[in-house]
Amino acid sequence: MTEDTVSDLQKWINENTYHHSQFWDLKKLVEAKEKMGLTISLCLPTLNEEKTIGKEIILFKSELVNRYPLLDEIAVIDSGSEDNTIEVAKTYGADTYLASDILPNLEPKRGKGENLWKAIYQLKGDIIVYVDADISNIHPRFVYGLVAPLIYREEVKYVKAFYDRPLAFSGNVRASGGGRVTEILVRPLFSLFFPELTAIIQPLSGEYAVRREVLEQIAFPIGYGVETSHLIDVYNKFGLQAFAQTDLDKRVHENKPTIDLGKMAFGILQTFLKRAQALDKFQNVDHETILRQFQVTKDQYQQNLIEIVEEERPPMIEIEEYKKKFG
Amino acid sequence: MSINTVIKKLPEIKSNLKEFREILLANLVMIGEIPAPSFEEERKIKFLMDRFTESAISESNIDDCGNGVGLIKGSVGKKAILVNAHADTVFSAKTDHTMQVTADTITGPGVADNSLGLAVLATLPYLFEQLELKFKNDILLLGGVQSLGRGNLEGIRFFLDNSDFDIKAAICVEGVELGRLSYTSIGMLRGEITCRVPEEYDWSRFGDASAILTLNEVINKINDMRLPKRPRTSVVMGSVHGGTSFNTIAKEATLGFEVRSESEEVVNDVGKTIENIVTEVSSKTGDDVELDIFARRTPGGIPFEHPLNECARTIMSSLDIEPRLAPSTSELAALIDKKIPALTLGITNGDRIHKTDESIVIEPIYNGLTQLLGTLIAIDGGYCE
Repeated sequence: MTEDTVSDLQKWINENTYHHSQFWDLKKLVEAKEKMGLTISLCLPTLNEEKTIGKEIILFKSELVNRYPLLDEIAVIDSGSEDNTIEVAKTYGADTYLASDILPNLEPKRGKGENLWKAIYQLKGDIIVYVDADISNIHPRFVYGLVAPLIYREEVKYVKAFYDRPLAFSGNVRASGGGRVTEILVRPLFSLFFPELTAIIQPLSGEYAVRREVLEQIAFPIGYGVETSHLIDVYNKFGLQAFAQTDLDKRVHENKPTIDLGKMAFGILQTFLKRAQALDKFQNVDHETILRQFQVTKDQYQQNLIEIVEEERPPMIEIEEYKKKFG
Repeated sequence: MSINTVIKKLPEIKSNLKEFREILLANLVMIGEIPAPSFEEERKIKFLMDRFTESAISESNIDDCGNGVGLIKGSVGKKAILVNAHADTVFSAKTDHTMQVTADTITGPGVADNSLGLAVLATLPYLFEQLELKFKNDILLLGGVQSLGRGNLEGIRFFLDNSDFDIKAAICVEGVELGRLSYTSIGMLRGEITCRVPEEYDWSRFGDASAILTLNEVINKINDMRLPKRPRTSVVMGSVHGGTSFNTIAKEATLGFEVRSESEEVVNDVGKTIENIVTEVSSKTGDDVELDIFARRTPGGIPFEHPLNECARTIMSSLDIEPRLAPSTSELAALIDKKIPALTLGITNGDRIHKTDESIVIEPIYNGLTQLLGTLIAIDGGYCE
């Protein structure tokens, strides 16, 4: 990347990175939504989430349906929970669907991506906002922070969430601001093959809002690779200008053991390789040597560029001095 | 017109309330997840203020003590009815305040005492608007701070001392228990006794020097006090803290206690006896024993046959709520001190109160809220005078 591109990237970050507090005025947001004639659906993909689903629905329904009609529908798409997820969701008035009942003529597949994909068929909104159902510190900002850039800016098509580290919480929590799989796998891969996508601060966050016109045109891995594939496919079809991202502060959910992260990384890697290959990304031998990480100062999100050149020595046997010494 | 007019409206109010379930529960969850130990209620009050502002009620502000106050102007507006809920809880800011919602219950620290009470207060302007309830009198909504423990009702006392409103009656809202009907305050004295072993440890007192042992001496002596059966009197030994580990002599130990009695004189007498016990144990052991009394209540209230009380019982009975009559030492006491006819009402049933898995049951809330709205309508209609 040239210096110009680097400064363009920082410019993109500055112009397309929001904080949810910028959209606190829900009255104004609803007015803008109505003026644009948009409809918005919330999709909550679930699998055994009885502990957290009730709270999410109560908050979204109270704040974003009853008080401020930002959402036109709240739908739970379930992968076949064995606990009371569906009952709790119904109690509080969400529309509930079993993923296997949607498009029943297709061979059923099991995974979060399947629920997200089937939501495009089942839900009616012009915009679909996806929020994971396991967030224990849920708040209306998880929805309005993501849909607001789509309402206010027609050119934006895909809004991704990112988070700060949940320092104030005790117990089994993780820092999702820089998740382990993001920092160890996805950011280095993007730095090497899709440097522009490193501008997305948290590529694996499970919360995003997307226009239907985009969703209907991209493929959905049904497992761990869905977020990574979205970024690559939307970038490839519409460019970086289709994206925006919003800081939603803290997100608290259960920590995953490293062994589960291994499975996740393996799934993501498969998705990534498939796409990189299709886009001829491995043909370019002079790949990038800059790792792009993030540092967040008080009000600014800045890329931190680190040059890492992996130099190599040849086998010792090829060195003249060695040959002389050991014959 | 009589109280029966109010009673007839209640079934419709109750059935309409179900429509607003998520509004109330969302307020409860959001309020419940903001920690608010006494003296640190600022964020909770800010949330309450935001709700008042969104409802476009006549006036709302935070007073100099930190209380959140909202005013809904009445059509006549010469007098005011005060609805109060304390904003503080017994949990520290370090406690994980995550609320869990099932189909029937909500669980989390402070959900019953008193996040539910405050959530009701935050939701009332919205309910009045949606249910088209209009009042002749001003309705004053008070989210009171510094109520519990060492807070000693500071918030509501400050409000009552500094407000110009002519308050004709008041209702204190507590999350639990549904059926609670408090209309009197008992005499009370609340304090702590702290025993400290001198820093220079004297090895010649091997096995004997411990703040816990000294406190034990104090406790035994308090327990040996003769308390009168009439007027009814008791000493509640509520908490003991002391020491740091298994094998280190405790340098400090503290007893938290309350003296409660129907008679102010007896409260004062028992207080003096405890002072003597503290002096005696201190001189006997050579340890530093300190008595700190930081809260007092004087007995009082309205009689059982007071029209406000009768009104509340009639409304409860029409809703099949069995009144549980019990004196109170909470905000009701501050209202009684000001000679304001007042009641404390509970909203629902709860479990494991003051534990981190404190919980409330959702379904009875409709009855609890209907009871509160009915009582307000009755007071406003002049049926409780």
